[in-house]
Amino acid sequence: MSTDIKIKKGLDIKLKGEAKKELSIAPHSKIFTVYPEDFHSIIPKLSIKVGEKVKVGDAIFYNKTNEAMKFTSPVSGEIAEVIRGEKRKILAITIQADSVSVETHKDFGIKVPSNLAEPQIKQQLLESGCWTFIKQRPYDVIANPANAPKAIFISGFNSAPLSADVVFTLQGKEEAFQTGIDALTKLTTGKVHLSVNEKDSFLNHIKGVSLHTISGPHPAGNVGTQINKIDPVNKGEVVWTVNVQDVAIIGTLFLTGKYNAERIVALAGSSVENPKYYTTKIGATIISILNDAKIAENSRIISGNVLTGKNVGLKGSLRHYNSTITAIPEGDDYEFLGWTKPVFNKISITRAMTFSWLTPNKKFDLNTNTNGEHRGFVLTGTYEKVFPLDIYPMQILKSCMYQDLDEMEALGMYEVAPEDFALTEFICVSKQAHQEIIRKGLDLMLKEIG
Amino acid sequence: MSLKNKLHEFKEKNKGKKWLPLFSGFHTFLYTPNETTHNGSHIRGADDLKRTMNTVIMALIPCLIFGMFNAGYQHYLALGEIKHTANGFFNPEFWTTNNFIIGFWKILPLVIVSYVVGLGVEFLFAIKNGHEIEEGYLVTGMLVPLIVPIDLPLWMLTIAVIFGVVIGKEVFGGTGMNILNPALTIRAFLFFAYPTWMSGDKVWVQGAKADGFSGETILGTLAQGKEVANSVLDTFYGFISGSVGETSTLLIILAGLFLIFTKIGSWRIMLSAIIGALIMGYIFNMIAPSMEGTKFYGLMATTSWHHLLLGGFAFGVVFMATDPVTATQTNKGKWIYGFLIGFLSIAIRVFNPAYPEGVMLAILLMNVFAPTIDHYIVQGNIKQRLKRLKTKTT
Repeated sequence: MSTDIKIKKGLDIKLKGEAKKELSIAPHSKIFTVYPEDFHSIIPKLSIKVGEKVKVGDAIFYNKTNEAMKFTSPVSGEIAEVIRGEKRKILAITIQADSVSVETHKDFGIKVPSNLAEPQIKQQLLESGCWTFIKQRPYDVIANPANAPKAIFISGFNSAPLSADVVFTLQGKEEAFQTGIDALTKLTTGKVHLSVNEKDSFLNHIKGVSLHTISGPHPAGNVGTQINKIDPVNKGEVVWTVNVQDVAIIGTLFLTGKYNAERIVALAGSSVENPKYYTTKIGATIISILNDAKIAENSRIISGNVLTGKNVGLKGSLRHYNSTITAIPEGDDYEFLGWTKPVFNKISITRAMTFSWLTPNKKFDLNTNTNGEHRGFVLTGTYEKVFPLDIYPMQILKSCMYQDLDEMEALGMYEVAPEDFALTEFICVSKQAHQEIIRKGLDLMLKEIG
Repeated sequence: MSLKNKLHEFKEKNKGKKWLPLFSGFHTFLYTPNETTHNGSHIRGADDLKRTMNTVIMALIPCLIFGMFNAGYQHYLALGEIKHTANGFFNPEFWTTNNFIIGFWKILPLVIVSYVVGLGVEFLFAIKNGHEIEEGYLVTGMLVPLIVPIDLPLWMLTIAVIFGVVIGKEVFGGTGMNILNPALTIRAFLFFAYPTWMSGDKVWVQGAKADGFSGETILGTLAQGKEVANSVLDTFYGFISGSVGETSTLLIILAGLFLIFTKIGSWRIMLSAIIGALIMGYIFNMIAPSMEGTKFYGLMATTSWHHLLLGGFAFGVVFMATDPVTATQTNKGKWIYGFLIGFLSIAIRVFNPAYPEGVMLAILLMNVFAPTIDHYIVQGNIKQRLKRLKTKTT
């Protein structure tokens, strides 16, 4: 059974440096890093000490408010360092990795999801660290295992610029993916919704899901868009979301009894000389992935895509939820009369002496310059052109800024995540930080309403 | 060392100084800053507020230049040195250097005073509040000289601009926060503060005062039920007396199309305002015969579409009503807002005994109501969300 959904509002940002469908194996990273900040709103409590040995799947820290929720090591090795910031907040935990040949795994036991009851599946996921892959709306944080979600949503394709091709990154993991779905279907009394684009792939033949075919421009591939069109979140309801690649990691856990943090990531962007795909692991250093790839100088290296990723730099690591690494030029330079001269090399949805509308298929080489200064909201009606959710984007942003909880709730705050506002942020002439505004708004609601 | 590097070093050296926004104001005009994104969206679209505002100014320039020619043309017509001829838009009597020079020297001071005073106030507030200088006044500063009578004394303009920028905008928190359109606030201030000066029939044509020539606008003539000397085509091309830049409906239509094409101006507001005006005009046309003999008859009997060519209607609808800050913010709201502006413009035009121009008051009135319109549109979305929840739970 499949339903067709057509997204009309949105914008496909076409950029240079798309990853070629070639796969290399990145050399085993010597250092792995786990960043508690990836798990938004979680307060970490360490379960290990510096110098201790860990196996793959051993807990490194747990959630202070729910001790059963564990965050586990992607590799075996020795805890090298716990980096702390202000007020002793844990910023990162680094692990000196064993070589691949002597890697040891914690065994969680091979299990068949269809034979398990819901609590056993939850237990398995929480213990192995795979629970972290399940996020919830409202608030876009790791799902609370005590909740019963009305549905689980999985987007089977990426539409963000330069992001990894899902089907390519799941090659060889088809069985694991089906097993992961089998496990997830046990966690909800409702449906598991899987959305695909118009290309036929193994995802169209997955069993146990409610399949949707989505067409249209970005953000068609964002799970938030799909939730809004398929079964929007009402007050008091909870839905869970899982990234498509992580469904396979969950499946692998049941098939092999091991936590396998392996990921195929796209290394993309105009600063990369030969953009392609690499097999690596969550937490691996960027340097290990870049190994044979050349990156232009003065580039920004982003774990994730250019719209929602994190600026990690060359010294950073592949973050927990990302399957793309993007490198684009930094834009820390002035531009002579940049505000008035005709623009051919940047993207715009207006025609105010901007000419990207003449070349709809051109691939652009955009840098990180803001192309203007931060201002108050002035223009109206522009966000709506790229925002397909049935929500007033400017009004909800403003309600977050003046922190009116009732209004935020009424305008649909339970349905959104920061990533839903990436495109409005991209086109904003006032250069406001929409995603940050929404994140702060969600945090406030989480704190006040819970 | 290049200019770019010199300016950069100067900026870095003086970071945190109170007067730095003043420097940045000029610096950012010369160079788009080297600011980069942080987390969130790492890339940004090409448009910024300066570009947006600049597009509106580009649309205004033809109106300004036409206004300069027209000022001279009306002047020489009044003096009787040239005769009125109907020769189409490219009338050689109109596009002469003499006409232009008269208008240029009369209008340039208005433009300069408007910008110097307005931006001066903006600079002061930017320094006082420690924020960057915002672009809002770039458009306002160009609008103001186009909507005032040509013989306006510069001291009046100065006071009006200070009033308009401070009370109309800065007290609300600057660009993006104001409720009333600042340019119209300035014009409204002039009309209510100096009614004896502004409401006469002498101010519209430069140099007409001395000659005892009646330089009344067409609306004024119609309001008194007199015959109008100008043809419909004259009113369309703009060879008539009136405020500096708002006489040529043809150029305003082209500017409006340009703003719609560039996606800067809201076509919803422009279109619905025209529809509103036509409907109101049509209603008046219907009841006009029964009103014959009353003082409203002249304007009531004016054909509904002819109203669109007269006074500041076209200019107001294209450039003032579409100001995104003071208009409604929702797309549905824009239809209602625009429609009511058109509707009320014609109503006020017909019934206002003191001053036969309605668009200014109609827009200011609707500026005030815009948040209310938006409120109800947004409530619709909120109610739908609640309804979705209810149908779920039952």
